[in-house]
Amino acid sequence: MERHLSESIFKNYWKRKTINVFFHILLIFGTILATTPLFSVFGYVVSKGIPAIDFDFFTQLPKPIGETGGGMANALVGTCTLILLASIIGIPWGISVGTYLSEYQAKSKLTQVIRFSADMLASIPSIIIGLFIYALIVIHMKRFSALAGGIALGILIIPTVARTTEELLKMVPMHIREAGLALGLPRWKVILWIVLSGSKSAIITGIMLSIARVAGETAPLLFTAFGNHFWQSGLDQPIASLPVQIYTYAISPYEDWHRQAWAGAFVLVMLVFTMNLLIRLIGLRWGRKN
Amino acid sequence: MQIKHNTKNKLREAHLADQIFYWVLKLSSIALTLVLFLIAVFLYKQALPAIKNFGWRFLHSSVWDPVKDTYGSLPVIYGTVVSSLIAITIATPLSIGVALFLTEIAPKHLSKIVGFLVEMLAAIPSVVYGLWGIFVLAPWLRRDVEPFLASNLGFLPFFQGPPYGVGMLCAGIILAIMITPTISSICREIFHTIPQIQRESALALGATKWEMMQLSVLKSTKKGITGAVILGLGRALGETMAVTMVIGNRHDISLSFFAPSSTMASIIANEYAEATTDMHVAALVEIGFVLLAVTFVINSIARIFISRGFRWTNLFKGAAK
Repeated sequence: MERHLSESIFKNYWKRKTINVFFHILLIFGTILATTPLFSVFGYVVSKGIPAIDFDFFTQLPKPIGETGGGMANALVGTCTLILLASIIGIPWGISVGTYLSEYQAKSKLTQVIRFSADMLASIPSIIIGLFIYALIVIHMKRFSALAGGIALGILIIPTVARTTEELLKMVPMHIREAGLALGLPRWKVILWIVLSGSKSAIITGIMLSIARVAGETAPLLFTAFGNHFWQSGLDQPIASLPVQIYTYAISPYEDWHRQAWAGAFVLVMLVFTMNLLIRLIGLRWGRKN
Repeated sequence: MQIKHNTKNKLREAHLADQIFYWVLKLSSIALTLVLFLIAVFLYKQALPAIKNFGWRFLHSSVWDPVKDTYGSLPVIYGTVVSSLIAITIATPLSIGVALFLTEIAPKHLSKIVGFLVEMLAAIPSVVYGLWGIFVLAPWLRRDVEPFLASNLGFLPFFQGPPYGVGMLCAGIILAIMITPTISSICREIFHTIPQIQRESALALGATKWEMMQLSVLKSTKKGITGAVILGLGRALGETMAVTMVIGNRHDISLSFFAPSSTMASIIANEYAEATTDMHVAALVEIGFVLLAVTFVINSIARIFISRGFRWTNLFKGAAK
């Protein structure tokens, strides 16, 4: 009887041990599988993008269909313009929402509604924002414009900036605010000069994160900023952007445009990765300091 | 006396400035809620002609014909649901596996590096995934994967028909790649909330590491994992560019995963700028409105599942750690 029991435990032991090893291998294999696409995408973007990049890419306008060569200079400038417009709209708005959520009545019904809508706004498909801006602005202006594209991207920035700002301000200890108030500072000065300016670097990191996210957005630009084969002449005119240009080139049947799409993808991926790396580095330094 | 008067004035000034500051912040916050509300209202208003004309038929009719100006969204709803289901089926086990590997198995340094790589997957713009899908994934599927599936699993209706490369399967795989980082990073955050002692007690009772993961990690976080998967589903439903580029954009309902299809988001991206008749525009906006409603519901459900303590901005705090 005793022998039998110990035997069964022994047998069971090896069975369980084997299952354990099997699942360890499975998990490791799964992780490798999940990260493979990153290496594949990155590898193709680099290997096809670098040979396709030349000086013209950064300085020339797109050539008409049929001619080879040309570049995406206007799309690069366009993307920068759109990001700038989006920042002008989204950053102050986002920061003020975040500050409100953290500094005033953090638990009231109203703040809960606002928090909920910020989260919802962050999760609705970006193409819906495009449809909204089309109905709000493009129809009334009767044309696609850089302004409409910038506003669409700006709306996408707001929730990210707002929620990161809120989370960061909540980490500021209460006694720092109390110290400011005890000195006789009005509340707005405490918030602006002590609370906000104390978490400046972290908030900037949050802003960069959100900008890195919208830099590659294509869907909300399709029928707001639209695209342009030339330099834009004003903010009320259609404007080219890197992601939209990559999209139109990628689905076109022309070999040379495919080449340029890879070049554009390389620039875009480099931009986004660099920003993410920077955020990491700043985050690490900031984390060490605190 | 003079001094007293001055202080009073200063106090009043400070109070006024405080009030202004407060109301600026408050109004800007309320405006954010208003934007969400306006999005729904504007979409509804734009879609009104189609809603009036087609009624509920819009949701279950399968004819999408701009030439005859009749529109039914069943094919795109089918495309959206099936491509998202493919994505969820692939991404769920993969994401949970990645999260388990990162929190339970990998040494700290490796976990940091691999975690960063997985987050980079989320940073790649959708349009770049689309480009990669067109020129790398789709040809590979057409040449190797789809013939293989057809010869081995061809008895199922899903794996029949000619291999196109671009189509439902390709879109599903790309979606799976794109939502894996979302699901796995939420799972990771949730796994981190489990107290270490819960793991240790399982191990002390003689459990193997895998049994420990089952007993103390997976079992107690079922709800959170469900929430994470639902959140991933919400992302998959609305993902636009990559899907538009690889799904083939055909409005047929076909059981085969190899066949081209289209999703709610992709049909808007594909046809909106070129829509000529008013009804066509209205029909596309109505699809947008339905998509908005669906993602709203799905994300609300996900919020119920994921505990209150967790916020997606924690991902950012993770970077600061």
